[in-house]
Amino acid sequence: MIRFDQVSFRYADAENPTLRDVDLEIPDGELVLVIGHTGAGKSTFLRAVNGLAPHFTGGTLTGRVSVDGRDTRLNPPRELADVVGYVGQDPLSGFATDTVEEELAYAMESLGFDAAVMRRRVEETLDLLGLSALRDRPLVELSSGQQQRVAIGSVLTAGPRVLVLDEPTSALDPPAAEEVLAALTRLVHDLGMTVVLAEHRLERVVQYADRVLHVVPDGTVVDDTPVSAMRHAPVAPPVVELGRLVGWQPLPLSVRDARRAAAPLKERLARIAKPRQLDRRVGAVVARARNLVVRYGDVVALAGVDLDVAAGEVVALMGRNGAGKSTLLASFVGLLSPARGEVSVDGKPPHRLASSEIVRLVGLVPQEPADLFCAESVSDELSADGHGELAHQLLARLSPDVDVASHPRDLSEGQRLAVALALVLAAAPPLLLLDEPTRGLDYPAKARLVAVLREYADAGTAIVIATHDVELAADVATRTVVLADGEVVADGPTADVVTASPAFAPQVAKILHPLPWLTVAQVRAGLEASAL
Amino acid sequence: MTRSLHPGAWWAWALLLATAATRTTNPLLLGLLLGVVAFVVAGRRGPRGNRAFGFFVRLGVLVLAMRLVFEALFGSSLPGHVLVRLPSVPLPSALAGLRIGGPLTAESLVSAGYGGLQLATLLICVGAANSLASPRRLLRSLPGALYELGVAVTVAMSFAPQLVLAGSRVRRARRLRGKSTSGLRGWIGSALPVLQDGLESSIELAAAMDSRGFGRRGATSRTKARVASSALLIGLLAVAAAMYGLLATGAPAAVGLPLLLGGSATAAAAVLLGGHGVVRTKYRPDRWGGPEWLVTLAGGAAVFGVIAAGRVAPGSLHTGAYPIVAPALPWPAVAGVALALLPAFVSTKPPLPRRAERGELIGVVR
Repeated sequence: MIRFDQVSFRYADAENPTLRDVDLEIPDGELVLVIGHTGAGKSTFLRAVNGLAPHFTGGTLTGRVSVDGRDTRLNPPRELADVVGYVGQDPLSGFATDTVEEELAYAMESLGFDAAVMRRRVEETLDLLGLSALRDRPLVELSSGQQQRVAIGSVLTAGPRVLVLDEPTSALDPPAAEEVLAALTRLVHDLGMTVVLAEHRLERVVQYADRVLHVVPDGTVVDDTPVSAMRHAPVAPPVVELGRLVGWQPLPLSVRDARRAAAPLKERLARIAKPRQLDRRVGAVVARARNLVVRYGDVVALAGVDLDVAAGEVVALMGRNGAGKSTLLASFVGLLSPARGEVSVDGKPPHRLASSEIVRLVGLVPQEPADLFCAESVSDELSADGHGELAHQLLARLSPDVDVASHPRDLSEGQRLAVALALVLAAAPPLLLLDEPTRGLDYPAKARLVAVLREYADAGTAIVIATHDVELAADVATRTVVLADGEVVADGPTADVVTASPAFAPQVAKILHPLPWLTVAQVRAGLEASAL
Repeated sequence: MTRSLHPGAWWAWALLLATAATRTTNPLLLGLLLGVVAFVVAGRRGPRGNRAFGFFVRLGVLVLAMRLVFEALFGSSLPGHVLVRLPSVPLPSALAGLRIGGPLTAESLVSAGYGGLQLATLLICVGAANSLASPRRLLRSLPGALYELGVAVTVAMSFAPQLVLAGSRVRRARRLRGKSTSGLRGWIGSALPVLQDGLESSIELAAAMDSRGFGRRGATSRTKARVASSALLIGLLAVAAAMYGLLATGAPAAVGLPLLLGGSATAAAAVLLGGHGVVRTKYRPDRWGGPEWLVTLAGGAAVFGVIAAGRVAPGSLHTGAYPIVAPALPWPAVAGVALALLPAFVSTKPPLPRRAERGELIGVVR
């Protein structure tokens, strides 16, 4: 279905090719997972499939890419729209109309489909993706999981044989990600479509993949089966790491397979007293919310939240998209004033403080880290606040491959985050707030982030992380707070909270249920201690 | 069967009422027009039309109020019943025609009020068009040749609110770094990332549209497309000139009418020529049938009635303010405007939007 024939690709002003001598064939009906480090060229590979690279991105492509026998060199993306559907990273910025139904019909209108066919296909797609209740709704009002499904539907209606998706679940909360993945597996199983997708959250997708393409930083692409790829890959989800640690054969890729192999391990672990908890000496309360109510117009975003965060604590703030996580963080930096109740940082109400004073008390890394940037190069950016040297050191630890001479906007999403984090951490505020810090981060980058956060927490920084990433919460958080509809519905030690909820349980906890082990690192430490 | 009326019919109706309003400053007639518009909008507005209408009504009131305030402060002081003497600022003789403050007469206030009311009525008519059929729906029913223009406008319309959102996001983020967000430097500092953001998302949008087949060329040759677009431009210019001639009372109708017809014909031919060979099709196209004709004719009746009143009872369309007299009520105009009420009865009610379940609404608004 898709053929890459000695394909190399180089961006106009790049020294090294992004893709080098790629030679592979993807047959009909497979679900192919593209993995690789942040910025390795996964997106470029995906864009090469429908001709967006080089027709849209610029750069030079040598060799030959063909889809269903059509050469992408001769056919620009618009001529391939009836064979390849491409869904970009941010569904909202790709919408061309304003309601669900019109968006679904858009591609068919461009291709000149018959009115009767369009009606039928729109209805079929609405049902296939579970969108029929939303058909008249404006796209901007949908939740991100729904938007992602509409984006998939909008390319599906044109009847392509191949679907290409760039990180379809990275921005989604666990239930919404499952919705999208269920829709995708249905397309592969029921309609026999070929699906090619890139994803950092391997724990979510690797079990569905028929094949794994590993984009290596030097530009070559290694074609492998999931099991063999996972055995060697430097990026692997917790379930695989646990399997590697214990030496399970065959290597399980899904929680279910792992659970079936886990009985002996569970027996062994049950005899060891308890996992070492992330225990931390907790200091004085740094941030406090009392009966905090925040409104946007008529919409109540926070409905009476009580929360204390003490020095040295790492709090994971979880909950579905729109539960009020970002609002709570914004209240702690004084961007929003409470409608009722009170909020204080270091005993002072942040919304009454001058911005120069807030900067000394609180550091926030926003969801779009690039919003913080105002300089022309990474180096200037890091030096802008007067902690240049420390910021450079931090960046080198968080993301060693960033070229400090480049423009901050030219960085990949993960690298931007590292720069923003280095900026904020260098100021050493007593309260550190992170909004979705693991979007676009691969496992090694995440591990580096966790190490730095732990260090700051040990030094007495209070840290609050709003995240969908349960593995991150299990790794670093001492306490987890779950928000729903602007209210705190659970608050307690991470181990207790995440194991109690199926949606928020990390993979290791699911495998070893009901034992209270959360991470591979804990299990490793436990096994080593018992072996001595 | 219920279907929503073609958006073009609603826009034609509302713009014809606006045309009628441009021909008169008679407060009774203007009030009647406003009543008709409000009544029809109340019964037939689209699911999200309420906000648009409310916005334009407020804008209309603001325009009226400003007209009165400006008259009171800077108006040419004409003789009449002095209501109040405002403190006046003496100006140098070089600015002889100007005045600030001074005596305010009832006559000048009433005259300004008539003018302001006319402007407000115009605005409210446009608001009615917006709330009866959203401009996006109107753009969707543009003929194939104008399709690209429609896309450009649609994209621009969704781009503006995105820019506003990005702007507030960036300004908030700048505050987090202790940067100033006010003053020229702060403004430039936050404008750059916003524009970069906007550019990036526009490129994303272009890529998404391209991958979905936007811009596939049909059999139309390049020359033919060029001829069509220049003919369209000329036709539209002719229509615009004709409209000016017809609306500006006093210009001879003998020039305006042929120009209007000729221009419309040229534009229509261009649209047909350019649309030939376009591969695009339309999903659920709006149909133009009996009700659409009736609604358009009802709007035309108001214009016709007002023009006829000008012939039957000259002077009745412009109520004098020196001296203040009771406005006349010419019967042809009243009849015409009353006919414009027809859409409230002949058109179908817009189909109710299917209500979302409560659970779905929650994640949404924030």
